[in-house]
Amino acid sequence: MKHIISALVENKPGVLAHVAGMFAARAFNIDSLVVGRTEEPDLSRMTIVVIGDDRVVEQVRKQLAKIVPVVKVQDFVGQPVVARDLMLIAISAPAAKRPEVLSLIEMFKGKVVDIGQKFVMAEISGPEAKIEAFINVCRPYGIKSVARTGTIAMPRQPKTEV
Amino acid sequence: MKPRSTLPAGSAGKSSIKTGAEIIVETLIEQGVDTMFGYPGGVVLPLFDKLYDAPINFIIPRHEQGGCHMADAYSRASGKVGVVVTTSGPGACNLTTGLATASMDSVALVALTGQVRTELIGNDAFQEADTTGITRPVTKYNCIVKDVKDLARTIREAFHIASTARPGPVLIDIPVDVSVTRCASDGTEKMELPGYKVRTKGNSRQISMAAKAINQSQRPVLYVGGGVISANASEQMRSLAEKAHLPVTTTLLGLGSYDQNRAESLDMLGMHGSAYANYAVQECDLLIAVGARFDDRITGPVKSFAPHAKVIHIDIDPASISKNVRVDIPVVGDAKIILEALTKEVEFRERKEWFARIAQWKEKFPFRYDRNSSAIKPQYVIEELCGQTKGEAIITTGVGQNQMWAAQFYRFSRPRQLISSGGLGTMGFGLPAAIGAQVARPDATVVDIDGDHSFNMTMTELSTAVQYELPIKVCILNNGYMGMVRQWQELFYNKRYSKSYVSNPEYAAVAEALGAVGITVDKKADVPKAIKQMLAEKRPCVVDFKVEREENVWPMVPAGKSINEMDGLDILESIA
Ligand SMILES: Cc1ncc(C[n+]2csc(CCOP(=O)(O)OP(=O)(O)O)c2C)c(N)n1
Ligand SMILES: [Mg+2]
Repeated sequence: MKHIISALVENKPGVLAHVAGMFAARAFNIDSLVVGRTEEPDLSRMTIVVIGDDRVVEQVRKQLAKIVPVVKVQDFVGQPVVARDLMLIAISAPAAKRPEVLSLIEMFKGKVVDIGQKFVMAEISGPEAKIEAFINVCRPYGIKSVARTGTIAMPRQPKTEV
Repeated sequence: MKPRSTLPAGSAGKSSIKTGAEIIVETLIEQGVDTMFGYPGGVVLPLFDKLYDAPINFIIPRHEQGGCHMADAYSRASGKVGVVVTTSGPGACNLTTGLATASMDSVALVALTGQVRTELIGNDAFQEADTTGITRPVTKYNCIVKDVKDLARTIREAFHIASTARPGPVLIDIPVDVSVTRCASDGTEKMELPGYKVRTKGNSRQISMAAKAINQSQRPVLYVGGGVISANASEQMRSLAEKAHLPVTTTLLGLGSYDQNRAESLDMLGMHGSAYANYAVQECDLLIAVGARFDDRITGPVKSFAPHAKVIHIDIDPASISKNVRVDIPVVGDAKIILEALTKEVEFRERKEWFARIAQWKEKFPFRYDRNSSAIKPQYVIEELCGQTKGEAIITTGVGQNQMWAAQFYRFSRPRQLISSGGLGTMGFGLPAAIGAQVARPDATVVDIDGDHSFNMTMTELSTAVQYELPIKVCILNNGYMGMVRQWQELFYNKRYSKSYVSNPEYAAVAEALGAVGITVDKKADVPKAIKQMLAEKRPCVVDFKVEREENVWPMVPAGKSINEMDGLDILESIA
């Protein structure tokens, strides 16, 4: 099962090495890992997608929490969350095919961020499944390259009763 | 082991300009350090200059690995934080085995390493190594200090992290320019560890559940690990065992926490544990693990480990809970506090049948060897040593058969009495460990029960013992083999003794050449006399016991078998 784990870490050199090293040493598989700053200058957030059974992911959570500069660890599994990936994708789009490609991008609520002679670069964000779907529909046209961020996520706020 | 917050008189609050090296020494003293181990080199010269007249007892090993084992054993013997310092590159690299040993056995250690100048880092400078990179997986925490302003705080943090929660080694890498840079320091820079939390108290509901389970249990076993010793909770554990009337088995590192001379002692469990401990665990209805981590040398295949038992696990490390074996009642916190609370809630139960069953196993399968043999049996040497030291010596060990026999045949009764590399199984640990323990406990009798090949690995440290006039004793159980390797080859590789021996020197001559006393014993009748002489020696003393060459350690749980499926019980019975 896929778990999105969010870890608040001290914004210090070496933290990423501590985290990545722990995953390697304990033979846990990372599906994706994203690090970025937060609203607090001293803290960064790592969003780590891990695939494993509950026991393994429980260990991942505990071992992460044990790392000294890791301040807080949450496993979002079973919670309503907003999870998003961001992708830049360069798609082959010669003049004849260009309208089709542009309309696909539009269908996926993507943004065209660069247009060259042969290629169009699009920016697509959304749940991972949407990103995968877009890649699949683009395949027949030819994909030059893809750059993806991996998942970031945030739990949804509790809704008030109407 | 709380870090000292009190500062040496006169320095607190008074800000003055100091060099990094001065700050290091002052902060070490503030943390209560009066002894350290280490080896100099270019980038730590500023620090060593400050150590020249510091009030710190400094032991120089012959190899940094030895120094690290010494600091480790110093910590295990005293309960204080061990400190080791080395130069960059080769010095730091030589620490790794020692750090891994301490890490696996949860030993409180602070290692300081010098590093090349900050601006040279990453340039493959002379004696540069990525020390934090190399040691990250074998430390509880490590970091590099690039700004002298962070130095005092980081050292305080290191002592705090090393000695609290589940203890472990912490390494601080210090570039040489940081050691010589001056900065204002008033000795009060506070720790900043937002991500480091120590849970001590233990959830009271979980404790009550554990008490209820104990009170209801017909066939309980208390399974005690090294955590009870590092938590200084042996007393509390004994009270619990006594009040609730529980049989007690320990891991290798747990030996000494419970008096093995008591009837309720099941001695050590696991691969070379006692038959009665292993049978009891396999039949128990409740296993109460305290400060133990269900290592594979204890459990065998986890699926068939303690198959009828409900499991209580008391541990300071949440990540230890349900890591290997599924736990029914976890209690996270300080063993001392939790055991105290738990003892209040348990009731005495006679458990006549259970203790009768245990007594039968104990009667039938004690640790045994052939006393009538004319050869020197290694077990006999240990029994004789135990007798002559009244079971009160501090014992360190090598790794292999010697280590298992020491665990089986010496009778431990006090915590911190056995100092052995359990988790990593580091050959060569015994001699430097004896030195570290003797430094910590100058008046104690410290004996290294060693293997010949283990001793070969670090015997150069004998010279250290001589220099510092440490009257350590070494009993080499010299079988001329890497005995444990040979045993496996005998049992599982058709007696093909492939590369499992080297040509050994005459140890007595080596000892004498290094300034120690050397004794060779090749007759059984000479064993008591040699041990007597060894114990009376004021100088370090090495006794080379030429023991039976192909003796095996029994019982033995073969790899992949459940712990009640021991080999060698027939052999033990046939000796009786
Ligand atoms: C540093 C190291 N290298 C290799 C091993 C593997 N090993 C475990 S026991 C052993 C043999 C130990 O021989 P010796 O010290 O003579 O002890 P004995 O078993 O004969 O008592 C070896 C090679 C180890 N534990 N540590
Ligand atoms: Mg040997």
